Amino acid sequence: MNRKLLIPLVVFVVLCGFLFAGLWRDPREVPSPLVGKPAPAFNLAQLDAPDKPFGTADMKGQVWLLNVWASWCVSCREEHPLLVEFAKAKIAPVIGLNYKDQPAPGRQWLAQNGDPYTTSVQDRDGRVGIDYGVYGVPETFVIDKAGTIRYKQIGPITPEALEKNILPLVRELQKS
Amino acid sequence: MIPELGHFALMLALLIAAIQGTLPIIGAARRMPAWIALARPVAQAQFVFVAFAWGVLAYSFITSDFSVANVAENSNSELPIFYRFAATWGSHEGSMMLWVMMLAAWTLAVSLKSRNLPDVMVARVLGVMGLVSCGFILFVLWTSNPFERVFPVPANGRDLNPLLQDPGMVVHPPMLYTGYVGFSVAFAFAVAALLSGRLDATWARWSRPWTTVAWCFLTLGIMLGSWWAYYTLGWGGWWFWDPVENASFMPWLVGTALVHSLVVTEKRGTFKNWTVLLAISAFSLSLVGTFLVRSGVLTSVHAFATDPRRGVYILAFLVIVIGGSLTLYAVRAPKVGVGGRFELVSRESMLLANNVLLLAACGSVLLGTLYPLFLDALNLGKISVGPPYFDSVFVPLMTPLVFLMGIGPLARWKEAEVPDLWRRLRWALAVSVVTALVVPLIAGSFRILVSFGLLLAFWIVASTVVNIRERTRGMTGGIIARIRRQPRSYWGMILAHLGVAVFIIGVTLVKGYETERDVQMRVGDTVSVGSYVFRFDGVTERKGPNYTAARGAVSVSRNGTVIETLYPEKRAYNAGGMPMTNAAIDSGITGDIYVSMGEPVGGGAWIIRVYSKPFITWAWAGFVLMALGGFLALMDRRYRTQARPAAAPARVAGAAGAD
Repeated sequence: MNRKLLIPLVVFVVLCGFLFAGLWRDPREVPSPLVGKPAPAFNLAQLDAPDKPFGTADMKGQVWLLNVWASWCVSCREEHPLLVEFAKAKIAPVIGLNYKDQPAPGRQWLAQNGDPYTTSVQDRDGRVGIDYGVYGVPETFVIDKAGTIRYKQIGPITPEALEKNILPLVRELQKS
Repeated sequence: MIPELGHFALMLALLIAAIQGTLPIIGAARRMPAWIALARPVAQAQFVFVAFAWGVLAYSFITSDFSVANVAENSNSELPIFYRFAATWGSHEGSMMLWVMMLAAWTLAVSLKSRNLPDVMVARVLGVMGLVSCGFILFVLWTSNPFERVFPVPANGRDLNPLLQDPGMVVHPPMLYTGYVGFSVAFAFAVAALLSGRLDATWARWSRPWTTVAWCFLTLGIMLGSWWAYYTLGWGGWWFWDPVENASFMPWLVGTALVHSLVVTEKRGTFKNWTVLLAISAFSLSLVGTFLVRSGVLTSVHAFATDPRRGVYILAFLVIVIGGSLTLYAVRAPKVGVGGRFELVSRESMLLANNVLLLAACGSVLLGTLYPLFLDALNLGKISVGPPYFDSVFVPLMTPLVFLMGIGPLARWKEAEVPDLWRRLRWALAVSVVTALVVPLIAGSFRILVSFGLLLAFWIVASTVVNIRERTRGMTGGIIARIRRQPRSYWGMILAHLGVAVFIIGVTLVKGYETERDVQMRVGDTVSVGSYVFRFDGVTERKGPNYTAARGAVSVSRNGTVIETLYPEKRAYNAGGMPMTNAAIDSGITGDIYVSMGEPVGGGAWIIRVYSKPFITWAWAGFVLMALGGFLALMDRRYRTQARPAAAPARVAGAAGAD
């Protein structure tokens, strides 16, 4: 038998190996380069009290969530009830980063949909968003007591992500 | 009750396909005429049952039977009737049913149109198709049953994805699948030839028309998909190198290579091994494409909900079908002779180069598509491969291909001479160089890439003109008479090659000269793009059958006079989901004006996107010409006359075989 004729078969077998491996991975899961790195510091005007700046320094020593939201963001509405629930259970403080938004519609949006945030800060020009590598709203970060990012949720928080990833992680971080 | 009948019919179709896939093949191997004769009736019976099952599914959609889960999830009683019909293939389950339906239709066509083929060959071909059909029907029944019921019955359906509620989407999937699945015929012929050990010019002659039909439909399907993306996604792009687009493009590239290499095998008896491998590859890539789309191993805008069970099934199926046929190839192909010899410069060698280039192009698309998967599987990180990669790989591969496209049809079989080709083509080259330099200057600004693209396009046109002149030179009679004297397959080739030229012109000019503006506009604001001035005249609300639209009015004027008013829309569908953009496009031979609505930014102002896309219509016209060329070639006299005289003896032989 001519060996050369086996080449297509060999190529195909190798390809199948990769395809099989690919079946067990989720291509949508994009690890953030920021996970494991210190959370970029910010000190911004609060949505409710513009004259009182609030920042990462205020959260030192606590496990907290940073949730990027905006009144113009459609899928934020999707995750909002979950956040409200999360806040009611008083598991960990949630800080809102009101991203590329105006204060008035932002406040109105919270009045309409409920305010789960300990406080929201205004990132009107999106500078802090750049530091955090935000490329779609909403995004949520879990930050530990030392101020290190431990987890990043891209897109709306799903009940599944909350149960499986965020809650166990928050509880574990709070123990340490 | 009716959906259950459909389900049951599909189960019966599976059993019939199993018979179709085994007995005739065994019969052919053991020379058992009765089993060989089974092939045609069994294939036709399979078609009847599959068509019934598919018809039931379509009926459930049209009558809005929401007790069927698939209907409840993908349709809605407010949906206009043609979208309810199109929703039949709007889901994962439905599109797999369409696949099965197409395969049955192709099988039927082969069983009806193969009267001049030896019965043993027909038995093998239909048998192979039966096996493929078995695999797909089992997949539908086992992992993606479209007839499943829900209880309690929902009052209304969840609605078809708004992106698919579009005339283009009614036609695109059936076209694409006709092409995709059509390569199964070429595949079946190749495997049948390997099984019989008779891989000769006759085999090539039989599979050629089938391959061409499939190729034409695939061409049209890809074009429709691209056109749909262009006007519904709202940002003016028409090809994204998305994994699913690539999945349809790869079989097309290999199919194009196959169409050409079949010519050599038929006319010169060479390239047999190569042609067989291409026939197997074209269909294999269709299957791999199905796997990529259905399994969720790659992210894509087209991906339906994913289920690892489905992925594992299709992969196992791939291993059996492709692995099996490639093994058969490795074992059987050497028995087939190498065939006639040819010189380094000859039409054969140029067609071989054409094949190699097309395959290299396909390989680079495959690599780009799967590269993220490779890296991820080896734990080397997550990346995505985008248009810059594909663009930079594609142009260098297509350039020599286009160059050869000009020379190849003029070169002699077996042995051609370079000085002779140079003498015949130097004027074509000179004309195309001059035109390529002059046209961009007339168009306004000289850009090297535009000039280069035009050079390629004009080279095809000029060399084609030389070709036509040489073919018709020694003839008498008027132009019409001379044209009629050439076979239709010749004009088919000419038309398809000119299609490539038209396509290149379109792509080159739109890439070189398109302009776009993303602006925030209040009522009365104007923006100018090129020589056009666009004025935003405000937004009104419009009620569609199942959506409410914010309808913008944008008047377009040129030199102070209003030419027309365009009405782009932002639609919110009643059944919920994402808002949809409907661009307003004024299409013309010299290009499109494209206006689409972005987001409202408060105070009556909107983000409006305005594009001028010169000659974009040519890109699609090129694809249509290629497909028309294919269809014209199919109308060639030899396919019509061949069928008739050969039919009689074949039928006698068939009858004798059945006894």
